[in-house]
Amino acid sequence: MDLHLTEARATAAEQSAVDKILGAPASGWDGGERNVATDSRAAFGGHEARSRRHLLLPALHAVQSHIGWVSPGALNYISVRLDLAPAEAHGVASFYGMFSLTEQPAVVAHVCDDIGCLALGAGAVCGELEKKLGPAGSACLGGRATWKRSTCLGLCERAPAAVITAAGEKPRERVVAPADAGAIQLLMQDGVAGKLPAEPDALNIRASVPQAGRPELRLLKRVGQVDPASVEAYQGAGGYEALRLALDMGPEAVVREMIESRLLGRGGAAFPTGKKWEALLTQRGQGRTHYVVCNADESEPGTFKDRILMEGDPFAILEGMTIAGLATGAQKGYIYLRGEYPLAGERIAHAIGAARAKGLLGDNILGRGMRFDIELRRGAGAYICGEETALFNSIEGYRGEPRNKPPFPTQAGLFRQPTVVNNVETLVNVPEIIRMGGAAYARIGVGNSTGYRLFCVSGHAVRPGVYEVAFGATLRQIIELAGGVGGNGRLQAVLLGGAAGGFVSPKELDTPLTFEGTRAIGASLGSGVVMLFDDSADLQQILLRIAGFFSHESCGQCVPCRVGVVRQEETLKRLVHRRPLGSPAEEIGLLREMGQAMRDASICGLGQTASSALESALNRWRLFS
Amino acid sequence: MSESAQAPSPLIPLPRGPVPQAPARARAMIEIKMDGRTVSVPEGSTIIDAARQLGIDIPTLCFLESLTPVNVCRICVVELEGSRTLVPACSRKAEPGMVIQTDSERVRLSRRMVLEFLASSVNVSTAPMFAEYMKRYGARPERFGASPATVAQMPKIDNDLYVRDYAKCILCYKCVEACGTDAQNTFAIAVAGRGFSAHIATEYDVPLPDSACVYCGNCIGVCPTGALMFKSEYDLRLAGQWNESRQTRTDTICPYCGVGCDLTVHAQDGKIVRVTSPVDHSVTHGNLCIKGRFGWQFVEIQPAPKKS
Repeated sequence: MDLHLTEARATAAEQSAVDKILGAPASGWDGGERNVATDSRAAFGGHEARSRRHLLLPALHAVQSHIGWVSPGALNYISVRLDLAPAEAHGVASFYGMFSLTEQPAVVAHVCDDIGCLALGAGAVCGELEKKLGPAGSACLGGRATWKRSTCLGLCERAPAAVITAAGEKPRERVVAPADAGAIQLLMQDGVAGKLPAEPDALNIRASVPQAGRPELRLLKRVGQVDPASVEAYQGAGGYEALRLALDMGPEAVVREMIESRLLGRGGAAFPTGKKWEALLTQRGQGRTHYVVCNADESEPGTFKDRILMEGDPFAILEGMTIAGLATGAQKGYIYLRGEYPLAGERIAHAIGAARAKGLLGDNILGRGMRFDIELRRGAGAYICGEETALFNSIEGYRGEPRNKPPFPTQAGLFRQPTVVNNVETLVNVPEIIRMGGAAYARIGVGNSTGYRLFCVSGHAVRPGVYEVAFGATLRQIIELAGGVGGNGRLQAVLLGGAAGGFVSPKELDTPLTFEGTRAIGASLGSGVVMLFDDSADLQQILLRIAGFFSHESCGQCVPCRVGVVRQEETLKRLVHRRPLGSPAEEIGLLREMGQAMRDASICGLGQTASSALESALNRWRLFS
Repeated sequence: MSESAQAPSPLIPLPRGPVPQAPARARAMIEIKMDGRTVSVPEGSTIIDAARQLGIDIPTLCFLESLTPVNVCRICVVELEGSRTLVPACSRKAEPGMVIQTDSERVRLSRRMVLEFLASSVNVSTAPMFAEYMKRYGARPERFGASPATVAQMPKIDNDLYVRDYAKCILCYKCVEACGTDAQNTFAIAVAGRGFSAHIATEYDVPLPDSACVYCGNCIGVCPTGALMFKSEYDLRLAGQWNESRQTRTDTICPYCGVGCDLTVHAQDGKIVRVTSPVDHSVTHGNLCIKGRFGWQFVEIQPAPKKS
């Protein structure tokens, strides 16, 4: 393409960061030195040059993590390397929260002030940081660091949480949870001094998986028990047995078992996994490339189960994906990982390398001639990219805006090819199903809610963490599993399913946490969030924070969501601050109308559920009278 | 004569005649029900195609026949039986057996809210269809109070040809499409930012003269709200002299090159104030280049008085 660039040029450091991802440029046509003798006689471009747009996010990540921000010069260089108009590249870069397009200090502390952390003192932590370091976003520690408020970091079981990133030749990321202002400041100082250790913090099993080691566990059985960095240890614990079985059974039989298991997706939408796989299986031989995508962009506030699976049992995810590849005729899989999960990223990347070396990924898996490989892609701070079609756009190097459905991913998904998208927890169920058989799996649980389920218990619980149960346990039983209500012990409300879910009251504790049971009380399981609030928690402030979350995370594509989430937050603010336009009842009526328009007319699930937590609270409590 | 001698030489033009065309593929007809009436449309038609066939008016803002539907404004939503949510009429293909309501209470509520959301956050004073739509759906944007968040900002005037007043932008994506693969393939602008801060921008918001813009003006041609405007129109409006009732529209053909683009020349008081091209024209589809769009100053140059 004939690119028109501004004068800005990349520095040597910026170029080298990009080249680490894209390799050295081949000629003057894609950003290298112009050699008049050769470059003037042949243009190197065409489809090959234009088909590299999917490397845009990795290239932007490289610049952000090495330099600390994406300068106009760096963006120009990336544009030339990928044969992409700089306005388009800028549009993509500005979409993602993790990329800064203005110069900022190299060390940044991202301090979570989302609902889970808010209930456990994030407000005080931020207040103290303000006193110590100045307001959020201002430069501190000699201008070399800054701190920012952040939406949920997925560390809710150890709330309040913070992540410190230090850009540089050797980029560093460090988690601090539970966090206090002093600990955050110390890590920032270490970052400025270049003293942050290279190894990310290990998973704290006792704090995160209180059930670890219990014999009845299926999904969590290896977490904390088997070395997540060793493929031999995984195989020793029964790993890759299911893949062998699946290879013996063949794709049709695998899909049959999956359908018989009646496994419903664990990401939130609860679509039958077997049906998705079948849709790809039946499209084999049509000359299209099939893809398996693992949705690991876990960003629903209060959700951290997928992170713990990735940190504690990464090979199980690879095995589940490989079986999915076999069943769907896909030879390529992508794991789209949430950008804020450094340890999970490290574990998965290591696991992919180890599996390749062992012949468990690649051109001849287990010597059986099966071909399948997995690529890890990191998100960059956008909740919306957990929506499957937004996720495709993000991998392809576009803004993470959801696409209209139909066509569905199984018809036109990643790169417009037939694609199966499965959540991390869903995939970890797959080896279990293959091993025990679909029919046996379907006998676990109740009704249409078959099998096992992970719940992320956080907020005012005595022992927050991820808990595994067979479907059928009631909310009360889950809370008891987590040691009961913490805080002051007097339960006020439970948030089920995250920001896109809804509140239930203490009167509803005997609801079975199944797809049917929650539907019956007008709630949803979503991604398995169970967030407890004692009666000292300010429900109005929590609702405001949820409204703020949606204003921050709406992609801005469709009108009902782009403006609706802002108007919803404004209206709620007026109610909370006792300055309603007209009567509170009128304002509540307005909120309900906005809620209906967002639910009915938004393109994707974000807008469609942006009012659900608020409305569930309005249905249960007299909040603003 | 040998056969090879009869074969047409690539250098000798074929005799003129009707251009041979591939036979039209017979398209299956799809029957759907709309507002209680039955309508048959060819396979591949959208719901809005079917509605137009029945003479049902569905409002649109981000839709234009010459562009790929992006279905972002959501004002065209209709109620589809069996669907959890409303569906966009502009992009949703008709499927056999669909039962559709185009003006139910649910549909009207979403359309009204879309209008209220836009009119409370964007300056819609120069958007031609807005006032009528607002009346039709009873939209009252003042319900959000005196100080709702808006996209108010100063107009960007960085070149002599056109003005970008993003305080009037409803983010319909049309200009980006026209600048990109749907027409111009220049990619000077893109949607940047996210959420309510999403906006149309060049890279790092550099002024147009520093960007890849080629001033074809095709973005102005598709803008539904007047956010993108000829400088000539902008200046007249600023001076309070813009008056469409005093304007003439003359259809003509651009004399610059051999393509033969159709032009509609809008003149006020004998001066050219704007140039457009019909969207349904087979050559232009509404698109022009910098010369056809802006290159008309010479028409108004008075010959210098002869020196005697």
